[in-house]
Amino acid sequence: MTAASTTDLAPDAKIDTHKARQARIYGIVLIGLAVLVAAVFGYGSEGNATFGLSRPRDPWVIPNLVVPAASFNYIAAAVLAFLGVRQFMRGGSRWSTVSIAVGFALATAAFLVWATAGKSFSLTGMLSATVVAAVPIALGGLAGVLSERVAVVNIAIEGMLLAGAFTGALMGSLLGGWAGVLFAVLVGGLFGFILAALVVTYRMDQIIAGVVITLFVTGVTSYVSSQVFSEYRFLNNAPVFRAWKIPFLGDIPVIGPVLFNQNLFVYGALILVSVATYYLFHTRYGLRARSVGEHPRAADTLGINVYRTRYINVTLAGMVAGFGGAWFTLGSVGRFDENMTGGLGYIGLAAMIFGRWHPFGALMAALIFGFADSLQQKLAIVRTPIPSEFLAMAPYLATIVVVAGFVGRSRPPAADGKPYVKE
Amino acid sequence: MTDTTSQSNLADKLLQRAAPGRAEFEDLVVVPIFAVIVALIVGALIMLATAVDIETIGRSYLALLQGSVGSMNAISETLTSAIPLVLAGLGLALGFRAGLFNIGAEGQIVVGGIAAVIVGFSFPNMPWIIHMPLALLAGAVAGGLYASIAGYLRAATGAHEVITTIMLNLSSYLLLSYMLGLEWMQRPGRSDPVSKSVLPSAELPRLLTDIDPNLRLHAGIFVMIAAVILVHWLLFKTRTGFEYRASGENPDAARYAGMHASAIIVFAMATAGALAGLAGANQVLGVLERATPGFSSGIGFDAISVALLGRSHPVGVLFAGLLFGALEAGGRQMQVDAGVSIDLISIIQALIIVFIAAPLLVRAIFPWGFKKPAGR
Amino acid sequence: MDVELRGITKRFGPVTANDNVNLTIRAGEVLGLLGENGAGKSTMMNILSGLYSPDEGEILIDGKRVDFEGPGDGIAAGIGMVHQHFMLVPVFTVAENVILGVEPTGMFDYLDLATARKQVRDINEKYGLQVNPDALIEDLPVGIQQRVEILKVLFRSAEVLILDEPTAVLTPQEVEDFFGIVKSLRDAGKAIVFITHKLHEILEISDRINVLRGGRITGEGDPKSMTENQLAEMMVGRPVSFDVDKGPFKPGETLLDVKNLMVLNENDETAVENVSFHVRSGEVVGIAGVQGNGQSELIEALTGLAHAAGGKIDFLGRDITNVSVRERHRMGMAHVPEDRHKSGMISNFTIYENMVLNTYYEDRFSSGPAIKWPDVLKTAAQYAVDFDVRTPSVYLKAGNLSGGNQQKMVVARELERETKLVIASQPTRGLDVGSIEYIHSRLMGARDEGDGVIIVSSELDEIMALSDRVLVMYDGKIVAEFDATAGPLDKNAIGLAMAGVTA
Repeated sequence: MTAASTTDLAPDAKIDTHKARQARIYGIVLIGLAVLVAAVFGYGSEGNATFGLSRPRDPWVIPNLVVPAASFNYIAAAVLAFLGVRQFMRGGSRWSTVSIAVGFALATAAFLVWATAGKSFSLTGMLSATVVAAVPIALGGLAGVLSERVAVVNIAIEGMLLAGAFTGALMGSLLGGWAGVLFAVLVGGLFGFILAALVVTYRMDQIIAGVVITLFVTGVTSYVSSQVFSEYRFLNNAPVFRAWKIPFLGDIPVIGPVLFNQNLFVYGALILVSVATYYLFHTRYGLRARSVGEHPRAADTLGINVYRTRYINVTLAGMVAGFGGAWFTLGSVGRFDENMTGGLGYIGLAAMIFGRWHPFGALMAALIFGFADSLQQKLAIVRTPIPSEFLAMAPYLATIVVVAGFVGRSRPPAADGKPYVKE
Repeated sequence: MTDTTSQSNLADKLLQRAAPGRAEFEDLVVVPIFAVIVALIVGALIMLATAVDIETIGRSYLALLQGSVGSMNAISETLTSAIPLVLAGLGLALGFRAGLFNIGAEGQIVVGGIAAVIVGFSFPNMPWIIHMPLALLAGAVAGGLYASIAGYLRAATGAHEVITTIMLNLSSYLLLSYMLGLEWMQRPGRSDPVSKSVLPSAELPRLLTDIDPNLRLHAGIFVMIAAVILVHWLLFKTRTGFEYRASGENPDAARYAGMHASAIIVFAMATAGALAGLAGANQVLGVLERATPGFSSGIGFDAISVALLGRSHPVGVLFAGLLFGALEAGGRQMQVDAGVSIDLISIIQALIIVFIAAPLLVRAIFPWGFKKPAGR
Repeated sequence: MDVELRGITKRFGPVTANDNVNLTIRAGEVLGLLGENGAGKSTMMNILSGLYSPDEGEILIDGKRVDFEGPGDGIAAGIGMVHQHFMLVPVFTVAENVILGVEPTGMFDYLDLATARKQVRDINEKYGLQVNPDALIEDLPVGIQQRVEILKVLFRSAEVLILDEPTAVLTPQEVEDFFGIVKSLRDAGKAIVFITHKLHEILEISDRINVLRGGRITGEGDPKSMTENQLAEMMVGRPVSFDVDKGPFKPGETLLDVKNLMVLNENDETAVENVSFHVRSGEVVGIAGVQGNGQSELIEALTGLAHAAGGKIDFLGRDITNVSVRERHRMGMAHVPEDRHKSGMISNFTIYENMVLNTYYEDRFSSGPAIKWPDVLKTAAQYAVDFDVRTPSVYLKAGNLSGGNQQKMVVARELERETKLVIASQPTRGLDVGSIEYIHSRLMGARDEGDGVIIVSSELDEIMALSDRVLVMYDGKIVAEFDATAGPLDKNAIGLAMAGVTA
């Protein structure tokens, strides 16, 4: 017997880790952002950018935020350059993620300052719009979390949102807003149940099932919309939920209007996200649901009914998405238009991935997408040299960046997308 | 061991192929037929639910039949509608075979159409023998490049193509709307977003105008047939096709076998996008002769259904595309004759796919149509 | 608690997995259930635990007939099963895994993890299991994971414990510890069913033995009066020789030379650390070690599937550290992968397609862009005959073959070409004795023809039977090397090295 040679270590065993490579890429991205911010946003800015924080009629008026545009952007560029160089030189530190997040936030701020330079702009208004725009994405993302936690990939969220929007408009017109919400939730749940039936009982491919449900809902809603709504307009004229100001909290500057003076759907989304977090991570049935998503056979051997768990959670997901769908009609314009969800269901899925399959993570990610959306809408009003079509692409491009940049690093439930066949 | 002659006999025995069984027949014939029938029945129920009376329902299905195969014009319309569906469907089928759920055909059609239109109106003095193929090629290349963005992202970062292709679809509409507003692109004298017209030298010539000047069937049908043959050859007779299929069935095994997974993903996406781009080019060069907002009219989404219904097999896609083309053409007739919205057709199409993709469901509904319950 | 199975029959389609099986399990006794892979042991125990329901026959507990509708019923009746493939959720803690399905809860369905931890600690103490309830499963070594499985069963106050191939993943020393736990459970009055295909283990631990073959009970007896050879004959149905025929050891020139190899796993952790070894022509090098000690990553780096983060691999005198998988194939490297379903074959492809999975591009099978399918078919049929792949037709989907025939198909593909080095990872895992013997003889044939052979296996017996030289991997390093040509191998010493104990 001879011991293996462990003495002659390679003298300079430098190991190229994924983290190090990623850190270098981050560094390059940050340096690129620094150059962009300095050359375009810094060099191209004149005057001050004025951000409005409160309206004159608010109980407590706080002064506007006035930023000297060029100086701010040069400083931002300097910070970006510092972060980038540091990241490039000493890659792999645990600050990578923080650096890149701070970097993107700074670059966005610089962009905003550049676009507002010499003008003024209500920051509070934009943040409030961000929260509103985030609602359907967050609820779509939450629906994704609930079903993917039991390992059912839910591409049907788009369809469920659309079904919720349609039902909300129809039943809202007939029976009033609350009934509209109730039926939207029920119909969303019905499609969740159908998805569960197709993939669990009839073992249809999960992605195909989701796509087909979306196609079906698109077909039905477009059909009824052109066959019925065009003729009977009163069926598509629902009341809209107005904002409810929460006493006292709603008067806090900035935070008040953004968080505490909103409508049913914003509060509903926040409550649902909290409840879902409690359910998934602090209850018995949540533990069982997650076990079904991670290792269904193990759950089965312990007497947990895998199929029933999937049915229940996917149906719940559908109900959440149905509620989110009602936002489009009852929480916003009061009438249904064909394809009015415009892909937000898919952006919700991206929020779920970015949020690492956690309800709060999905909410945070949805806020980022909502920000991108409200930013482009505000900027389309403030005149910028960028064509409005390209600004409108911002949420889509942000989604692609997020999915491309983060998908490899967050871990989905282990059994995600796999049918479970009981023996 | 045994001697060589009996060994080679043994080997010959292994080369015998089992006759196609009852199960295959059920899978390829019975299930699709049931799927179509059930979808039509559910479609009728939906019409009933939206207060369409029985007589009108009868009239609409009659119109559906007449409008799709009832006359020369109907057949011409069916084929014309089928061309882009089959082309894009082939692209999607190719992607599915390679394990890529590309639902970005819509965006690839849009981008391919834009490129084809630009080439189509830009070269005034070019002979058609060069101009038309060049315009088609431009569509294919643009579609291919657009799809390979999603392919690259999937290969390099693992970003799921379902999400990226949908985002690219949505972006493509905005891109189209932006480009149609550009001065050099917009038709002179128009304020609405319409592109310049494709020059006659780039048009896909109409084939049946000698019979009746209104017949719209165009030379794109030859492109379609060529594409079916080419994709079949590519998938089943070539090394590349073997690699696509292996990578689609089991990416780990493909890697183990020394295949280059990332390259396969990018190339498969690019090929799929090129076919979709070709579909877009066919629409603008053969049917519309210009680009307008929404010229893709959801063909990319119908193509998903076509590819699924055709079981991702080129010949299957051809038949599925013809069926969907017939539904499309018949649906237009139905809208005119019976006043039933053409959106009903997309419901019927979605239902067909549900039953095709879940044969267990069809068996559950029609247990007597099958020899034995699914006992696997 | 006593359990009796009477006339149990279970069919899966045309296959009868259990045929009129009778079995009695008694409290305070270890019943050894012996049978080779595919004999129907697992099916029987899945019936007993309620996971499957039998087509015929009945289960009696303490003389009373019971009917199990699902796995929950088996547990409720006091029958607990420790599965061969652990049924643990990797991202859950020990406590969460143990309580899953029988959770202590408070108001609003609140999951009471504090109580759970305490209960886990209590059982820990009672049976001396020593498991930290807050550890994540994925961070634990397999030996400890197995204790968690036992904890799970005990937490549900099971009286009958079914242990399905429990020693497959353990080192010889861990097996000793494990037997200690089994004996203490038996002495506490539990009934134990110990399922295995390892003869010496069943003789050591059982109080009574039943042998299962082809779904039927073919033998019964007292371990004190039985020998390994008798048991083997009962298990396989014919006399079995455990010695592998191999020619004289005539090592040639060095084929593969690995120096200071470093490989990282997906999480950037070092999986293979500074490994150096060589393989000569005409030599079998066995790599022993408990699963998960870097063997898989080492093989991936050797075959080009994983990137070498450091070090150098020379093959036939050429530096192949950064050479593609395909180029390594071309140079004569054959690879039987550890998990044929994951990467060795494509279940939905036909046998003939699988037979050329990594050679389809060669001139024999391709001209230009096209594959010459007629040539592929002819060759594939010949391979199937040569390697005894039992199938009615090469047009059959590979997924429809039995495990043994699938593996023979993979081995045929790898060996039926010009090879210099054969790398076989877990070549016989889960196969029946006939297939094992056949594959072993083929691998030895390759060695006798002058190929170098690397065999990775977690079955120490297999390594010891085949190897000319044994390397032991522990924690990513090669911690010991043993020469089999000098004299008989010391199983105990290898076992200690597998556990990381170096002399």
